[in-house]
Amino acid sequence: MSDTAAQPREDDAEEPKDPPDADESVAAETDDPSDTDGPVAGPVSTGAESVVAALEAAGAETAFGVQGGAIMPVYDALYDSSIRHVTMAHEQGAAHAADAYGVVAGEPGLCLATSGPGATNLVTGIADADMDSDAMLALTGQVPTEFVGNDAFQETDTVGVTRPITKHNYFANGADTVGDTVGEAFELSRAGRPGPTLVDLPKDVTQAETEETPGPAAPPAGTDPDPNADADAVEDAARAIEAAERPVCLFGGGVIKADASDAARTFARSYGIPVTTTMPGIGSFPEDDDLCLSWGGMHGTGYANMAITHTDCLIAVGTRFDDRLTGGIDTFAPEAEVVHIDIDPAEISKNVYADYPLIGDAERILEQLTAAVREAPDAEAWRDRCAEWKETYPLTYATPEDEPLKPQFVVEAFDEATDDDTIVTTGVGQHQMWASQFWTYTEPRTWISSHGLGTMGYGVPAAVGARVAADTMGEQDREVVCFDGDGSFLMTMQELSVAVREDLDITIAVLNNEYIGMVRQWQDAFYEGRHMASDYTWMPEFDKLAEAFGALGLRVDDYDEVAPAVEEALDYDGPAVIDFHVDPEENVLPMVPSGGANGKFATAEDQL
Amino acid sequence: MSGDSPDSRPATDGGSPASGGVPEADSRPMPSEQPGPEERNHPTGRRNLEGIRIDPVVEAEHESRRAVISALVEDEPGVLARVSGLVSRRQFNIESLTVGPTTVEGHSRITMVVEETDPGIDQIEKQMAKLKPVISVGEVSGDAVTSELVLLKVQADDPAAVHAVSEMYDGRTVDAGPETITVELTGDNASIDNAIGAFERFGIVEIARTGPTALARGNTPTAPGEKPGTAGEPTTHDD
Repeated sequence: MSDTAAQPREDDAEEPKDPPDADESVAAETDDPSDTDGPVAGPVSTGAESVVAALEAAGAETAFGVQGGAIMPVYDALYDSSIRHVTMAHEQGAAHAADAYGVVAGEPGLCLATSGPGATNLVTGIADADMDSDAMLALTGQVPTEFVGNDAFQETDTVGVTRPITKHNYFANGADTVGDTVGEAFELSRAGRPGPTLVDLPKDVTQAETEETPGPAAPPAGTDPDPNADADAVEDAARAIEAAERPVCLFGGGVIKADASDAARTFARSYGIPVTTTMPGIGSFPEDDDLCLSWGGMHGTGYANMAITHTDCLIAVGTRFDDRLTGGIDTFAPEAEVVHIDIDPAEISKNVYADYPLIGDAERILEQLTAAVREAPDAEAWRDRCAEWKETYPLTYATPEDEPLKPQFVVEAFDEATDDDTIVTTGVGQHQMWASQFWTYTEPRTWISSHGLGTMGYGVPAAVGARVAADTMGEQDREVVCFDGDGSFLMTMQELSVAVREDLDITIAVLNNEYIGMVRQWQDAFYEGRHMASDYTWMPEFDKLAEAFGALGLRVDDYDEVAPAVEEALDYDGPAVIDFHVDPEENVLPMVPSGGANGKFATAEDQL
Repeated sequence: MSGDSPDSRPATDGGSPASGGVPEADSRPMPSEQPGPEERNHPTGRRNLEGIRIDPVVEAEHESRRAVISALVEDEPGVLARVSGLVSRRQFNIESLTVGPTTVEGHSRITMVVEETDPGIDQIEKQMAKLKPVISVGEVSGDAVTSELVLLKVQADDPAAVHAVSEMYDGRTVDAGPETITVELTGDNASIDNAIGAFERFGIVEIARTGPTALARGNTPTAPGEKPGTAGEPTTHDD
């Protein structure tokens, strides 16, 4: 993982760094935050005003949250702020929306909640951001300092609860410093490997009077690592790549977070190296490129998994080698020497031993590496072999006339009907896999999903966050499509009320199979078909529910209804929900069983 | 899982490259398009006879060993919780953990004894280094000075014998009553264990051990980047 482009770097000599400064000065109507000579925020009179002034100065433009007693002073200060606040239906939705907003915008997302249940409701979203290394700042209200520890009304040890799922969290202990703390937490979330941070704000601190204006925000010392890799290590890796005969790139989410997609494309194309991605890395490399083998892992493409299994040189960038990618570690890339590029030294040789560790910013190192490799590896035969695997193991599905509508067909229909810059969000489960398999992604920050934590219900609030981000960036024409499962949709669909209230143009495609489908698939494969608690015998009529929310609601049962419904929903200027009743028995394939070998994937149900 | 997995199909099995030859694109099924492992330009001794790379981490048998890890940390609320939470969450085997201030205001030293493999020790150091309040962290080299304090309460049936044993181990009597005697001992792990063994015959009533704390010898910094002789002043924030 790597620092985002928005992270100002002192030694950024090669490229003009106008985007961060430009962005920030738009939002902050106060002084230019890059001016480090003096305070950057305007005058304040309370701790809460100091909090908001620090957020404005750091460039925050949007916040997602839910009101409540202990956070009220901060909300009161937001009343006069340039920051747009989107009130969500549930704090979990606020965290997911902020997370997705941050992914699309390339800026830290911002979410707010009150103490106690407000804070604990954020926890799932914070953990989600932590697992996916998404920059996000959560601000939580807390009972007044004198009540802390006394089990006061709506008191939770928020700092204690969120300690293992944040990069760092803070307990604000004074009005004079609270603005600086918030500014530091905001910057820390995007410094180095991004991740969520949290500041717990006792009500007495935010209510107290202060005239201390927050100073210029910076991440804490030692948390903003050197973006450059060791030059000798780069040379060694370059020699290994030159000598390789079966090289494969593996681009992870860190490529996207580091805004290194261009550098990654240049590197792979310059030397004709086939490319696989991880799921979070989807979009880092265009999937319609001849070199692209799409993503690997449990439900990844057969050709990606074959390439990873047979490569002799795996060039992995910004990935932590999650078990859903590697399967059994001893059968993961068993013949490969591994070049591992990552901003976080702790990821080096954590799961997969790195022969050539390169620690630093993904974009910078890919540029270093592109320059250091003198000749392309002799990999023509290897590329041919990868192409053969593409033909041997295509992603396909059957559409027999006597079976219900196939969910994959719905994904393809949306892909055909939309432009390349369309943002896709998903929940978690079978629909998520189909959305990633049967949509051709070509641009970074267009695939927004819950990867590491696997949070069902991520899709709808993420669509809200993604839509707000696109609108904030002036990209109103981009479509936002949420693929959701019936189970996932039921978990967070209350955020549809936000989409209606805020008039957000999103399209939600519920791939409704009346199952917790992925669990049903596993029960069929590994539990003798005993459908314990996965079979939803009654589902609400989602189209009518959507109408009750004030959204457009459609229902589709057959193939010939798909295209017209997709068109109507996309054309509709506001939130639309299509309830696609799809084949309940459809399975996600190919599949590598948990802990299995990537090279031994099942391509048919009877192989499981 | 079916035995008829895709990887076993002859048309695509490329798992055992045979030797040599000019690449021929149309020669399917031909796993022989790539030169054998012995012909490839790779470091020696890294592959087995089947051409499969020997992963030094996966293949190697890692023995657990005892390591003393010293960390210089900012003395802020929750720092101990962060360190201990990290250790428990990542399932590191920890034997003891001590913490105390240094002479630099706002800096504390945490000394941790762990029983881990080399990769495990490496992970502890790297994960601890990521914690914001951790200024620097590293393993204290093997010849470091380590010492532990123990308070030992024994039955006072034979005070003279207790004092004799106590003197043998350079102990100090800190409390003596009609029924119990409490002795304070310091020393390295082995000598403390020996002393406890010697006291056992009196009947140990209670015992409290601090766990070892440690400093590197001579001019070697105890935590990386720490300026020797400055009692906890780092030369750099991170290593």
